[in-house]
Amino acid sequence: MSQRRRTRGAKPSMKPAEPVRLTTPLSEDQARSLRAGTRVLISGTAYTARDAAHKRMTELLAGGGALPFDISGAVIYYAGPTPARPGKPVGAIGPTTSSRMDRYVAPLLAAGLRGMIGKGERSDEVRQGLSRHGAVYFAATGGAGALLARHIVAAEVVAWPELGAEAVRRIELRDFPALVACDSAGGDVYGQGREAWVQD
Amino acid sequence: MREISAAEVSSAVERLASKSAYHLGVDELSALTRALGEEKSELGRGVLEELVKNAAIAAEGEYPICQDTGLAVVFVDWGQDAHLSGGSLQEAVDEGVRRAQKKAYLRASVLGGPLTRKNTGDNTPAIVHLRLVPGDRVRIVVAAKGGGSENMSRLEMLNPGAGADGLVEFVVRAVREAGANPCPPIVVGVGAGGNFERVAELAKRALLRPLGSANPDPELAALERRMLEAVNRTGVGPGGLGGTVTALAVHLEAAPCHIASFPAAVNIDCHAHRHGEAEL
Repeated sequence: MSQRRRTRGAKPSMKPAEPVRLTTPLSEDQARSLRAGTRVLISGTAYTARDAAHKRMTELLAGGGALPFDISGAVIYYAGPTPARPGKPVGAIGPTTSSRMDRYVAPLLAAGLRGMIGKGERSDEVRQGLSRHGAVYFAATGGAGALLARHIVAAEVVAWPELGAEAVRRIELRDFPALVACDSAGGDVYGQGREAWVQD
Repeated sequence: MREISAAEVSSAVERLASKSAYHLGVDELSALTRALGEEKSELGRGVLEELVKNAAIAAEGEYPICQDTGLAVVFVDWGQDAHLSGGSLQEAVDEGVRRAQKKAYLRASVLGGPLTRKNTGDNTPAIVHLRLVPGDRVRIVVAAKGGGSENMSRLEMLNPGAGADGLVEFVVRAVREAGANPCPPIVVGVGAGGNFERVAELAKRALLRPLGSANPDPELAALERRMLEAVNRTGVGPGGLGGTVTALAVHLEAAPCHIASFPAAVNIDCHAHRHGEAEL
């Protein structure tokens, strides 16, 4: 019944560090400087895409086509919002399960993708891709779609409107709260967090 | 014979689906607040604080609790002395779901089929579970079920001799493998017994009980407590970031089964545990 508390797990008595402010697009150096477990506030442009849009994007890249937005230094948010009420840029917009997008990530990283926002663990392949290309994976709180919506100041569909909630949207983030979940140095907050708190 | 119109059913479903997308139940809210007091990990408490704030923002009525406003799962206990007039039950329920999607700005999250993957555009059809019961009253429960947690649910035909230990091990494995994906802290519905299709429904119905209520059978209630302790030792924690509160509750429902079988099912619900209930 003893609890394994490794040095990498956050100590309960520790006061949370001030979040790091980031503005997109991200440079490779910026991405490489971030470490798993760091809270961040992200501002600037990002793009929403989930399952259906990822399938189309990777098909475009495989066929030598151009993506519907400039992916160099870009951050993709795995999210499909609820419809916007009049006067609001977007509806509730929390992260969806990232692992469903794992299979599509390699060609996007190769094309210049620098950051992803989602929820949940990533595959070994994705984490190795972060190291190879100098990119970062952020976790936002799953199920906090109303709170996160208040950090989106503009939104516009830029591709595949027929996909509805799954269309690609250009969104403007303002102090969007997230956590560096997987970094380019192999840090993984999910693996480390669980290991720190599991009780045998 | 008492007449109940399809329009009454549609209105009830619309009202329940709209309200539950924006307002967490008091049982769920108090469970989140209690979890915030119990969670030992700082990252975990950060997630719980965001969820409590999120619920308050959603209750203002501008944004639903979660962007995945779910597949509408509608449980109808229809009193056999009442007659439904003016349309079929499925159509009546779907009309309520359709109106809630439009008027309450819910997400259209339903596809016409798993292979065609074309969105129906209005969140229909709903999944309807109908039981015929004595009397002339009709009880309708609308549960909004998110895809992320539903995807992490499991069904297994255990060895008949697996016993309580085998059931606990199966539940813990499902929660551990689900990790961060179903948006912990989760609510775990467990079905044991019945047969292949019955056990899945038992697990889902277990989620409908008031959050944290105990099974009336003391042995099953003890097993629920044991399973809750076991899943909270996995270390998954809020948001899957590591911590001591992985589940808010485990609800177990059991049913008779075949001598050769021990069907078991785990239906996971996210912390946005959205239900609404009405009686006609």
